[in-house]
Amino acid sequence: MTLATIAGHEVHVDDEGFMTKYEEWDDGLAKQLAANIGIDLTDRHLDAIHFLREDYLAVGETPTLRRVTTVGGIPTKELFQLFPKKPAKKMAYVAGLPKPVGCV
Amino acid sequence: MTLTMEAPVPVFEDKATDRKLAIICSKGSLDMAYPGLVLANAALGEGIETHLFFTFWGFDMINKETMGHLQFTPLGNPATHMPPMLMGLPGMTSFATHMMKKQIEGIDIPGVPEFLEMITDAGGHLWACRMSADMMHIDETDLYDRVEGIISATDFIELSEGAQTIFI
Repeated sequence: MTLATIAGHEVHVDDEGFMTKYEEWDDGLAKQLAANIGIDLTDRHLDAIHFLREDYLAVGETPTLRRVTTVGGIPTKELFQLFPKKPAKKMAYVAGLPKPVGCV
Repeated sequence: MTLTMEAPVPVFEDKATDRKLAIICSKGSLDMAYPGLVLANAALGEGIETHLFFTFWGFDMINKETMGHLQFTPLGNPATHMPPMLMGLPGMTSFATHMMKKQIEGIDIPGVPEFLEMITDAGGHLWACRMSADMMHIDETDLYDRVEGIISATDFIELSEGAQTIFI
């Protein structure tokens, strides 16, 4: 875990660039994180991101894709459109959370 | 004042990978349905093109009549660590199936039909084996509507070109 700069803010990140301190994240950083991986953040993206953040706080781990669909109510198809190819990891990155560890 | 570096950005689309996965599902028991489903789902979540080919008993996973009612039997399965004599008793299969379904639900893993829905929503492809369909007198109308087609072994070999293939 090292201190690094994202959009002019000093934050803690891991070796890959995932933020490691929950409280250091905000919507502004999310916009920059999304831009870093080629995503233009919309409200619909933020719906998913905010669900991830809330669920992480409640459960203590990053929700899997299935959980974002079944509990967060965002269809799987849409998640693949919003965060192409690797939605679970991309969402976690933009949400400033660790990668999900669940299998399904 | 400390000088900090710009944070690294994770590489999500490594060298525009064209990795491809083909999973042959040949079993119709509840416990043997899941390995293929879980792997397919994981691969799709990693952006990998994924094909599932259902053959022989694997047809039970895509047959509308059976897909929601796969069973698990402890009979002849030493991994259950139960006395083999008892495993053949009447009712044992439905009891074991019930227990396994509860365990699967308990960790929030969907049943087979919902799992296949999730896989196809994620862009996965489902194919049925021509020879099995002919043997069992089954056609498209009997199959889960998201199965893209009944194809021959040759078709499967063609579409799985360049794919890593897993036989279950």
